[in-house]
Amino acid sequence: MSSPSPKKQDKEEQKQKAVKAGEGKKGQGKEDGGSGGGGEHGAAVKKPTTKAERRALQEAQRKAKEERLAAQGKGTAKQTTSTSGGGAKRSQASKGGEGGAKLEGKPLEVPRPTRQRNSSSSTSVTTDDHRPNKSSKSSKKATEQQVETGRRVKQLQLFSHLQQYSKAPSSPTLPWHSVSTYTSIHPAIIKLGLHYSHGVICGSNSRCVAMLAAFKKVINDYTTPVQKELRRDLDAHIRPFINFLTHCRPLSVSMGNAIKYLKREISKIGPDQSESEAKRLLCATIDEYLELYIVKAGTEISKLCQNIIKDNDVILVYAFSSVVQRVLLDAHCSGRQFRVIVVDSRPKMEGRHMLRTLVQKGVKCSYVLINAVSYIMKEVSKVIVGAHSLLANGYVMSRIGTSQVALVARSFNVPVLVCCETYKFSDRVQTDSIVNNELGDPNDLVQINRRQGNFLTGWKDIPCLGLLNLVYDVTSPDLVSMVITELGVIPCTSVPVVLRISRDETAAV
Amino acid sequence: MGEQGVAVRASVSSESQLTEQETDELVKEFEAALDQNLSEAVAAIQTLLKFIKTCKVGTISGLRAELKVATETLIKARTSTVSVSSGCELFLRFITMTSLEGQNDFEDLRRKLIKRGDMYLQKVADSRQKIAHIANPFIRDGTTILTHSRSRVVYCLLKEAMSSGKRIKVFVTASTIDNSGEEMHQLLQDAKVPSKVILDSAVGFIMEEVDLVIVGAEGVAESGGIINKIGTYQMAVMAKALNKPFYVVAESFKFVRMYPLNQGDLPNDEKYTSVNSSEDSHPYIDYSPPQYITLLFSDIGVLTPSAVSDELIKLYL
Repeated sequence: MSSPSPKKQDKEEQKQKAVKAGEGKKGQGKEDGGSGGGGEHGAAVKKPTTKAERRALQEAQRKAKEERLAAQGKGTAKQTTSTSGGGAKRSQASKGGEGGAKLEGKPLEVPRPTRQRNSSSSTSVTTDDHRPNKSSKSSKKATEQQVETGRRVKQLQLFSHLQQYSKAPSSPTLPWHSVSTYTSIHPAIIKLGLHYSHGVICGSNSRCVAMLAAFKKVINDYTTPVQKELRRDLDAHIRPFINFLTHCRPLSVSMGNAIKYLKREISKIGPDQSESEAKRLLCATIDEYLELYIVKAGTEISKLCQNIIKDNDVILVYAFSSVVQRVLLDAHCSGRQFRVIVVDSRPKMEGRHMLRTLVQKGVKCSYVLINAVSYIMKEVSKVIVGAHSLLANGYVMSRIGTSQVALVARSFNVPVLVCCETYKFSDRVQTDSIVNNELGDPNDLVQINRRQGNFLTGWKDIPCLGLLNLVYDVTSPDLVSMVITELGVIPCTSVPVVLRISRDETAAV
Repeated sequence: MGEQGVAVRASVSSESQLTEQETDELVKEFEAALDQNLSEAVAAIQTLLKFIKTCKVGTISGLRAELKVATETLIKARTSTVSVSSGCELFLRFITMTSLEGQNDFEDLRRKLIKRGDMYLQKVADSRQKIAHIANPFIRDGTTILTHSRSRVVYCLLKEAMSSGKRIKVFVTASTIDNSGEEMHQLLQDAKVPSKVILDSAVGFIMEEVDLVIVGAEGVAESGGIINKIGTYQMAVMAKALNKPFYVVAESFKFVRMYPLNQGDLPNDEKYTSVNSSEDSHPYIDYSPPQYITLLFSDIGVLTPSAVSDELIKLYL
């Protein structure tokens, strides 16, 4: 095809890679294993170049590659801007079809991208010296997405270590240009994945519940292949599904914990159990998990909050949380007199959903955007928010904007209450919102619904402009007064205690 | 664990009221125990133990119900109820942790409970001494200490520091609501500890001269904050503002399952005394949040405020 020339380029890159092998680029080494040895040999023969010289050479090569990419990308960019404009709609069926057809029509793209993938990722890897493996894999993913969908999603340097946003699901392991891969994924999972990536199902609890429901369908439709055991094969069977879901939208902590639980339950199935019995058992445990850790936990949290919400309280809530909604509605039904201030923010505007449901039940509500929160805070007696997850060092990971609300609340001496079920607790530790986050669609920030029109429509063509749409942020524990879980009310710093207890319980079982 | 508590409460509400005579006996017993200079919680526990010995019920659940009612009676009898309620609850949990299944003979079970109760009483009786021993190294030679009102644990600690040969100077706030500061001053003088009474309003003035602040507590909340005599909160805030360490000494049975968010969250019946009816608009206790507290000394060890929740979970689960 055009194998000789890319191969030569490869060799050059191999040399640079081999020279920089000390920085631990195992990722590239693995896939280009064959030529790796040759490259090293070549490097030993050549005279040793200084770091500056090597870097200059790489820069020149990178520029050349980018120019080539731009020439190719511009051709397809026009095609895709039209689809991205209508992308904000929720027609997932047409989206899926469109995406499939678009990718189907470019089977020849695949050999080219694999070559370019190496070069772009090798350059991005040299700039990120401190995170060898993970960054190389995810930035590979990132540039993969760029090339495969043919769309130039501008990457921000600070967030290049995160999975970049792409509307259609993409993956380095599954070649998306062929329809046959869609058939290997269970239709319930495909539907789920598209629901996630288009924002139809949003929110930690709903995503987890939908995922478990889909997995129940998968388990019921699963048949053990001959010569294989259910408890070993089912795990391998659902792994590509989980990968698919991750590429549609990164897994939430709640989903991650649910999957861990499911895998544990699968491994506990006895070898002599019949397939139908095992399947029934698994579905029963999934139902039990949902009932215990989500439904009952919500009820318990609501009960605990009834004593905390007093008459004539002014409660501030941020965006949407299913638990907080439950708490407020239950308190209202039990006759408490209070009023609610709903704070909302772009682009998701989830607060509207919260407002709608509260007003329907007759709760007295006010509605502000987040830029007015310091104005409204002096009237507030309590702030109640939900959480995406609670980290092991006591930090609360929640919808972006929560830490801002908590900070303003602290300065006005207003207590901040976080409602979070224990299944969302995570072992992870982080102190800022950059090291681990989710990137949303930057195009969502373009829509501002003003008479003068959307100023940012042409943001992709402006070279010095980038749009950033972060989904989560972390709130430090000194801004949070208490965390309400189904086990009781605990201070933010006691999350490791709960984790320890639940770990002991699972170990005992 | 939560559901169990609910079930017991439900059974209590439907039945078993103590007779007038039993109630009076209980209260008399309690006040007699208080005169022995025991802390209120220990006195309550002693009374409950005697109650179990003389109780005329035949079933476990009956006994539990009676104990619940007895606890409530004791709480109503005395004004400072935080430590009494927490002490009683912990006592009940401790003794009922014995395996109660397969015990057909109720008397045998009762004897078992009484034995465990005595064990618990013994454990808490020397908790004050234990705390003094643990906290002693934190008081160095030549320190000036500020304390608030009268606390038996603080007194025990200061005596211990004095007897281990350290030279200390103590300032006590007068705590004019009932002048218990004066009583503390008297006790310290008797123990030959150099001390001086200051006005409650002079806490800010004196803070720059002291090296550390030590107070007792009526209750330690789940958040790590403490509930103590009115005036403790402002002392804590002043100490924080001037970067002086603020230490709390409290026995482990004072750890209570309360989580106040602010002063308004304190239960009203514990805030206002029923004794001073003419001045009943003055609160008797206040809440000091955990961010002002440096360390807590208790018989289970030296804790930071965030570790209190950890210990509470261990005690109650």
